[in-house]
Parts: sequence; C-alpha cells; structure tokens
Amino acid sequence: MISVYHYMSVAAILFAMGTYGVLTRRNAIVIFMCIELMLNSVNLTFISLSSYLQNMDGQIFVFFVMAVAAAEAAVGLALMIAFYRNRDSIDVDDVNMLKW
Amino acid sequence: MEIILFYLVALVAVISGYLVIRCKSPVNSALGLVNTFFCLAIYYVMLHAPFMAAIQIMVYAGAIMVLILFVIMLLNLGTEARQRYTHGVVWSAIASLLVLVNVVYFLKRGRVTGAEGDITPFKIETLGHTELIGKTMFTEFLLPFEIASILLLVAIVGAVVLAKREV
Repeated sequence: MISVYHYMSVAAILFAMGTYGVLTRRNAIVIFMCIELMLNSVNLTFISLSSYLQNMDGQIFVFFVMAVAAAEAAVGLALMIAFYRNRDSIDVDDVNMLKW
Repeated sequence: MEIILFYLVALVAVISGYLVIRCKSPVNSALGLVNTFFCLAIYYVMLHAPFMAAIQIMVYAGAIMVLILFVIMLLNLGTEARQRYTHGVVWSAIASLLVLVNVVYFLKRGRVTGAEGDITPFKIETLGHTELIGKTMFTEFLLPFEIASILLLVAIVGAVVLAKREV
C-alpha cells in the first residue's frame, strides 16, 4: 500500500536535486529549469497531503503555484533575453555589473 | 500492483531529474524536465487528482517548456563550458544533502496531521474532480483567483517591456 510518506520522499529527493542544480550550474536557463523542478516537487507534496487529508485546499494552492510559475517563466525568460543582448552570454558568472 | 507502478515512476522521475541537473546541453535538460513533469502527472492521477494532472501536462509540459525551449533555440546556446572543479560544488552538494536529510528526518519522526475535509475518493468519482475544484475556487478562493489574473496581466506587460529592443 502506498502511503503519503512515499510520495513525500520522492518530492524530497526531487527538491534536493533541484537545490544541487541551482547551486552548481552556470547556465541561467538550466538554473531556471532546476527552480521549476523544485516547484514541482512542492506541488507533489501539496497534492499528496491534500489527497491524504481529503481536503481540497492544497490543490487550489497548486493551481496558484502554477499561475505564478507561468508568470515567472514569462518575465524570467524576457530578462534572460535582455541580458543576452547586452553581454552575449547567459552565464550567471557574467552577471556582475552591480559588483564593485 | 500499484506499488510497482509507483516505484517505476519514481525511478523514471529521479533519473530524469538527474539528467536535468547533469546534461551539458540545455535542450537535453529541457527534455529531461518534460519527462519529470509527465511522471508527476502520473502521480497526480494516482492521488485522485485528474484535473491537476491535465493542468500539469497542459501548462507545464505544454506552455512553460515550449517557452523555455523557444528561448534556448532563439539564443542559440551551445553546450556549457566544462565545469571547473571548485569548492562551490562541494558546498552545494553538502547543502542539498542537508536539505534531504532534514526532510527525511522530519518524515521519519513526524506524523502527518492537519485539517481534514470530506473530499473522499468516492465523492471525486461521483461528482467529478473539476466540479469540486471549481466550486472551491469560485466560492472560498475567489479573491486569490482575481489577484492571480492581475499577476498574469502584469507578467505579460513586463515580459513585453523587458524583451523589447527600445522601450
């Protein structure tokens, strides 16, 4: 029998992998994809708990997380295009114009 | 039988997640991420949330991933330069391991409790998941729904302003 702990363990593994990707990769788009991976693992936690507690609120929250992720994708990718136009690179190590 | 499917999907999800963080080409990472999204959609179906599975495939695997792939191909990104071995990799491995250990510790020691509702799998079968979601969203969560629509409008305007050559 599958318990809620199984689902949450999978979500924990995916979240840790996303954290590792965000901290090690240099390509801004890959970092963005790792953030999406972390958001999805949180969504899995929400839906498994919502199903376990037989309560609808968690799934509504997942809906809003998806809306925010869509907005984040649009704005984030536009930022990357603007940065690429200035520096011809989307390496996060090149994002140092505010450094003194 | 269901548990075999669960472990199979978990294996595929974790392997695709590994591909996302290790592939040198961003396109390969994006394809691994699509694979992970499909695995999570299978989990949502197993958790009696078919509407969420449909939304997951349409919004994440459809819209967001097409946007990401479009930008990767627009910028014509090659493979990432070989990663230097730095202290940063070690520290990030330690940090992500700490996250994992933390969660596993709380899963081991804690017990899942919360406000229990009355949405049983039987009710979802008879009434339909979409109807239940819609009823909750347009009565109890109406204000957050409206705020989300304003957020999407702001995101559209912001994306156009940022990506335009001259404002």
